[in-house]
Amino acid sequence: MFNVERIKKDFPILKKKVRGKKLVYLDNAATTQKPFQVIEAMNSYYREHNANVHRAIHQLSEEATQLYEKAHEDAANFVGAAGMEEIVFTKNTTESLNLVAYSLVPTLKRGDEIVLTQMEHHSNFVPWQQLAKRHGITLKFIEINNNGKLSDKSIEKNITKKTKIVAVAHVSNSLGTINDVRKIAKIAHENNALCVVDGAQSVPHMKVDVKKLDVDFLAFSGHKMLGPTGIGVLYGKKELLEEMGPFLFGGGMIKEVGWKDTTFIDAPWKFEAGTPNIAEAAGLSAAIRYLEKIGMENIEKQEKKLVDYTLKKLSGMKGVVGYGPKKKAGVFSFNVDGVHAHDVSAILDSEGVAIRGGHHCTMPLMSLLGVSGTSRASISVYNDEKDIDALCGGIEKVKKVFG
Amino acid sequence: MDPMEQMYHENILDHFKHPHNHKEMKEADVHHHEYNPLCGDTIDMFLKIKNGKIEDVSFMGKGCAISQASASMLTNDIKGKALKDVEGMQKENILEMLGITLSPVRLKCAMLSLDTTKNAIHIHQKYMQKHNNKGG
Repeated sequence: MFNVERIKKDFPILKKKVRGKKLVYLDNAATTQKPFQVIEAMNSYYREHNANVHRAIHQLSEEATQLYEKAHEDAANFVGAAGMEEIVFTKNTTESLNLVAYSLVPTLKRGDEIVLTQMEHHSNFVPWQQLAKRHGITLKFIEINNNGKLSDKSIEKNITKKTKIVAVAHVSNSLGTINDVRKIAKIAHENNALCVVDGAQSVPHMKVDVKKLDVDFLAFSGHKMLGPTGIGVLYGKKELLEEMGPFLFGGGMIKEVGWKDTTFIDAPWKFEAGTPNIAEAAGLSAAIRYLEKIGMENIEKQEKKLVDYTLKKLSGMKGVVGYGPKKKAGVFSFNVDGVHAHDVSAILDSEGVAIRGGHHCTMPLMSLLGVSGTSRASISVYNDEKDIDALCGGIEKVKKVFG
Repeated sequence: MDPMEQMYHENILDHFKHPHNHKEMKEADVHHHEYNPLCGDTIDMFLKIKNGKIEDVSFMGKGCAISQASASMLTNDIKGKALKDVEGMQKENILEMLGITLSPVRLKCAMLSLDTTKNAIHIHQKYMQKHNNKGG
């Protein structure tokens, strides 16, 4: 049984009052709040186990190393990877995607094509755009149709034998669209291209299995799945990570260093130069344990109910325009007639309701929708119907102030 | 008063809904566009400059009520003002005009039109120096 009331109690910050009102946190696509289990795991790391990893022969270093490697295993199990050799820790999704983009450069030549979609977050867009500019690669975009879904025709048209990489969001952070990445990966593979998936908005909300989806890379962030900031994950197929060269150079990733050259250790460590974010890795482990205890299938089911409730309420409001498909993840982009998204956010904030207003790091998509920005409410495990009612009450106030 | 109703008081909403000097000025001596990437506010400032004074001013823009209302009020305020006086204007002047206090994030919205105006004046002055023309 999914008990939101009990879940809420695990999140200390949800007891906080903002602007004299009870906090209703609906900015989860930006970052989620943290349960005390995650905060406690990081606290306990610093109180009891702090040492550098993979270095010294003393007990604390062994404890820290064990805990850090365990976090890789936890992340591997969480997304169905074969083992920790397929899991690289980075600082966030953006760094994970940059790692892939930089490390794949030697496999590309002038005239090759990289296919993105029109709904990518800047993190899965700008790295490829800049790589394309530097190396004479052609960028192509899978188009979206009127209800914010990828056009099947455009997928077929854009992915060809010239395509080397297809990079796509699993769930759109602006529209909530859930993309069929399994199908896209299949088409990419039929054309000998690699499929890179931005899972920042999917991994926290549904069961994601990299083997079932058969994607080549999956990037996601700890802080969007109840974990701490400063820790991101890159899943990569073992044989691909083995072939790829390092992204950053330095300590912790070398086998042997001579005056003239250096050899590197195996994945994942060859991609993790320098002292990593160890406490954050402990926090990520705790976040994964927390999510798994509730069960990803349960979370998906519960959020689906709340999505239906929210769409019904929002679509019944006069002067409110929603964006994106009806079947979607818990991301709701909308505009109130004649009111800028920033003003909507400010008035909702005065009611204790935290949402995001702006372009959501998808400026090309916003220009396609013909808006400078939208207001966006996004849910997590601790949200319920009452939070959505507070959102709608806030929107009524916006209409009253600007009426 | 409710702090929100204070921020969005009638005068601000009035300037937002019915902005003053809101037009493109074809005969402007200088036109400058600025953008706030944080929230997507845009302002285009059009200035006619004569004898070291702002002879006429208009603006176009898109954005939140604070950014657009402050632009509207600013155009009223600086029409006829000496350039050096406009260059000396600070956030206190803008807040006084709006009659509200703002958080640091919203302050950027309020300041966009003044920043755009100051940069427009700099561009115009540079142009005049280069062309050795004392018209400005």
